[in-house]
Amino acid sequence: MQNKNIFLRVFNFYYEGFRSMTLGRTLWLIILIKLFVMFVVLKLFFFPNFLKTNFSTDEERSDYVIEQLTKPNN
Amino acid sequence: MTEAFDYSLIDWSRAQFALTAMYHWIFVPLTLGLGFIMAIMETIYVRTGNPEWKRITKFWMTIFGINFAIGVATGIILEFEFGTNWSNYSWFVGDIFGAPLAIEGIMAFFLESTFIAVMFFGWNKVSKKFHLVSTWLVAFGASLSALWILVANAWMQLPVGMKFNPETARNEMHNFWDVLLSPMAVSKFTHTISSSYLLAAIVVIGISSWYLLRKRHIVFAKRSIVVAAVFGLITSIFTILTGDYSARVVAQNQPMKFAAFEGLYVGQTRAPLVAIGVMSTSPEDPDNENIKDFVFKIEIPNFLSYMAFQDINAFVPGIRDLMEGNEKYNIPSAAEKIARGKLAIDALAEFKLAKEVQDQAKMDEARQILDENFRYFGYGYFVDDPSRLVPSVPITFYSFHIMVALGMWFMMFFAIVLLLVYKGKISQSKFWLTIGIVNIPLAYIASQSGWITAEMGRQPWVIQDLMPTMAAVSRLDTNAVITTFILFGVVFTTLLIAELKIMFKQIKIGPKQEGGH
Repeated sequence: MQNKNIFLRVFNFYYEGFRSMTLGRTLWLIILIKLFVMFVVLKLFFFPNFLKTNFSTDEERSDYVIEQLTKPNN
Repeated sequence: MTEAFDYSLIDWSRAQFALTAMYHWIFVPLTLGLGFIMAIMETIYVRTGNPEWKRITKFWMTIFGINFAIGVATGIILEFEFGTNWSNYSWFVGDIFGAPLAIEGIMAFFLESTFIAVMFFGWNKVSKKFHLVSTWLVAFGASLSALWILVANAWMQLPVGMKFNPETARNEMHNFWDVLLSPMAVSKFTHTISSSYLLAAIVVIGISSWYLLRKRHIVFAKRSIVVAAVFGLITSIFTILTGDYSARVVAQNQPMKFAAFEGLYVGQTRAPLVAIGVMSTSPEDPDNENIKDFVFKIEIPNFLSYMAFQDINAFVPGIRDLMEGNEKYNIPSAAEKIARGKLAIDALAEFKLAKEVQDQAKMDEARQILDENFRYFGYGYFVDDPSRLVPSVPITFYSFHIMVALGMWFMMFFAIVLLLVYKGKISQSKFWLTIGIVNIPLAYIASQSGWITAEMGRQPWVIQDLMPTMAAVSRLDTNAVITTFILFGVVFTTLLIAELKIMFKQIKIGPKQEGGH
């Protein structure tokens, strides 16, 4: 019972906090748009992990990097 | 070997990383410093019970919130770039980067995000003391976030506490404490955060000065100036002391960067410090005995030797000593390092071949050669063009001197402001209030100059002596990098405009008696 009250109080704390925001709403909107642009647009379409995308095992990745480090003109 | 690299790709990859890092750093220092300033203000409120201090705290908390919201997660883009544009580097650094960044994610992020909610939503809902503790924890949490990324950066400048594994081509952490407490990590963290605190103090004084010039919110502005000036004076002294320590660490571990700080081509004992100088535009030629390095300079005798080694008689190596070597002072030449680096690179290739045919004897032999020469591994890439081992001296020299000069100026400015406050003349001093506003962009210039000094001065290395920038980049299409460079330019400029617009609006509104966040 006591725990439930604590959870409820924490929920209400955040709920009322978010509801009473004024400037905070604009800032949250900016944060959400920014996170969308970063993680959905940039990460998915422009920033694949080079080694993870091109090689399937760590051994292949190691071999590729060693090749790059020892024979960069290949 | 240098001709094997596509320098257009390397330059665009560097430009892209520099753009994102510099934009990210516009937001970070104000968050770091303002956290402590508002915590001090709230402490005064809790101790005195004076509601004016609550009003003051809440206003600066709003400015903190705007800056935090716009800046948060802008650093994540740098991590995207590590995986995409700098894949050789990311693989090579292995756990060394992963561990500090994971700790940052777990510890500091949760500490910040939990207590930020209490700080913004908790007024009149939690006790005054709990709220105050939350504000202090937000301030400490922000600095803690900075600690881990700065430790990672410091490792790149002084790689310690690891062992290179030739089977995986990765550096494996052997001693976490060596990584965390290396002199470079200590100096980088203390100097970076103290300079960020200084920047925030300048911003608070600047905005408060604007109110005083407009004769608005007089009490609020005066009190804000007092807190910021005291905080700024203390942190600027700390910034100068940590800067002095940083210079010593650089002199001992990155002598080429240190020589570039001062445009020192020919090493000398009792070396003077160039306080003010205009560099010659003639081509740099470290081999020229009579090199005309400066058109004009004002020097402080012996001070460079003292700054580097705390001994006015110490020898400070110049660029020529580091390139040609200096037997008297036991400085190896670039040619010697290049030869040893080439041995290390060839040994890694031999190790791989021997491993493929399971020839244990050859693997052991190659490993021994690699271990003996690994500290010079990166030099092996400069066989055909050793001149690339010298960073851009003018950029490093000017950015270093701009940072130092502005740091000194800010310390004097804080002292002058406190004197005016003490004499009760601050609100009438139009000249100094105007200077207070002008100082805001100067503080950002100083902060960015610090990073330019650190990162341009360490070129050509992405990891000192082990991996040059050119070997770190992924083989991507240059046009793809140019596209993302432009994309980031647009995204970050939009964010900066949004920040400035919202912040200017809130500054125009000024502190409120009560209200939401």
